[in-house]
Amino acid sequence: MDLYDDDFTGDGHWAFGTGFRDPLDGVPMTPASPELAERCLALGDDALVMSHRIQEWCTRAPELEDEVALANIALDLLGQARLLLARTGRDEDALAFHREAAGFRNVRLAEVRNGDFAHLVVRLLVFSTWRLAVLERLRGDPDPVLAAIADKGVKEVAYHRDYAARWTIMLGDGTEHSRERMERALADLWPLVGELFTRDPDLRAGFDAVIGEVLARATLKVPAGTAPPGPRGDDLAELLAEMQGVARSLPEATW
Amino acid sequence: MSTFDEVIAADQRIEPRDEMPEAYRKTMVRQIAQHAHSEIIGMQPEGYWITRAPSLRRKAILLAKVQDEAGHGLYLYAAAETLGMDRADLTERLIDGRQKYSSIFNYPTLSYADVGVIGWLVDGAAICNQVPLCRSSYGPYARAMIRVCKEESFHQRQGYELLMTMMGGTAAQRAMVQDAVDRWWWPSLMMFGPPDADSPNTARSMAWRIKRHTNDELRQKFVDMTVPQAERLGVTLPDPELRWNAERGHHDFGTPDWDELKRVIGGDGPCNAERIANRRRAHEEGAWVREAAAAHARKKEATP
Repeated sequence: MDLYDDDFTGDGHWAFGTGFRDPLDGVPMTPASPELAERCLALGDDALVMSHRIQEWCTRAPELEDEVALANIALDLLGQARLLLARTGRDEDALAFHREAAGFRNVRLAEVRNGDFAHLVVRLLVFSTWRLAVLERLRGDPDPVLAAIADKGVKEVAYHRDYAARWTIMLGDGTEHSRERMERALADLWPLVGELFTRDPDLRAGFDAVIGEVLARATLKVPAGTAPPGPRGDDLAELLAEMQGVARSLPEATW
Repeated sequence: MSTFDEVIAADQRIEPRDEMPEAYRKTMVRQIAQHAHSEIIGMQPEGYWITRAPSLRRKAILLAKVQDEAGHGLYLYAAAETLGMDRADLTERLIDGRQKYSSIFNYPTLSYADVGVIGWLVDGAAICNQVPLCRSSYGPYARAMIRVCKEESFHQRQGYELLMTMMGGTAAQRAMVQDAVDRWWWPSLMMFGPPDADSPNTARSMAWRIKRHTNDELRQKFVDMTVPQAERLGVTLPDPELRWNAERGHHDFGTPDWDELKRVIGGDGPCNAERIANRRRAHEEGAWVREAAAAHARKKEATP
């Protein structure tokens, strides 16, 4: 009886081959300046925390296709987080698992607790529209490492935005009920949009144009006014308690 | 001799439009649906650990693995659809208990070592079961199995690699691994189903070349494959009767608790209710989303 009668040698063995291109292949690596490290930390934290919130959707998606798509998006963001955290010159796991909430530099949009699927779609639409603009600009960054990370990220985040935009249109222009849920999600999350543009205020106009177009096709309105966000809750602390629990309970362990 | 019998006798594949006995069709639907459900329910015990993984590398590996399981579910449901089934209907049958999934996913995952042991033992057992199914007589299922097996073997290596790393870590990590092996060993052996003497459908499934080997043959193969891997890892398999039998050229091993298997299949395992409740909740909470997507599609059709 030969269970392994398939050819399990060579590249053909893996569904997607093993020839993944390292996005940093051949990119000269110089020590990061404090200013560069700080920027990479913030971009890395955004991706790490947002990825976590999408990971929480695992086994909860409305359809299997979305299960696959959301895992893909969470994986892309996790991959971006790892490259960016590494670019700070510090250990990725020390940064992810042994920092307190106060040390995280992510935007609040990434950290707030999950709601329903409309909440996820709106959050992802806003986050990826903003992040795509940020990464597109960073492709021209003087740091070649950050530029290479951004170049890889642009392709990924363009897909994330596309996915969110398609769902925004389907849910906005779906049933009365789905439309109400989308309106509620927009109202809930819109106060967190302002913070996104404290780093790059000039990206706001392009962001507004894209969001305006998607919401118009979804027959939804851009929320009026800019209500200030409420006080920061314990959402991130709670998220980190779950994310860091195993790593911190066995500080000497190797994984 | 009918065309169906000729195809089976020639060891060729039955395709969706081919004639097939109703009992063959029913058996295939049951087997493929059960396999698809197992992939989807199987996402839960490991999915719990994604947000808790102790390093970013392990998190990425686990997330990709659970994503693969969703993908396997997708193409297995597609294979069932070639037999005239509907995915939504199969999902209903899963959550109201009319169709089963693998008993193994009704056991809890208690530590991160369980992620490694599931990769090593549970995926290992699944590979033993599924590699022969790549030559199963129903074409769409056999082709789906080829891709599933490749990805499963990747998962199995990753699980084993995690355990190797943990065994090289602290004493607490080694204890976690041994504890997980103790809990998963017997349920893994039960994955091959009841003993041949108690498996009434085996003979017909073998005659139809849906199955290629009996439950006991596959179980033996799995034990023989796993024992040297356990030795290399440095863990003890929790079976005092386990020993090499030179005369047979195989390992002798103890008898799994078949009453336990019956109880777990019957719905009385440690996590049956939780697994189904989670699946039901996801399905029900997604209903308004699927309705909205359908309503949107209708609007698009109405206004080209």
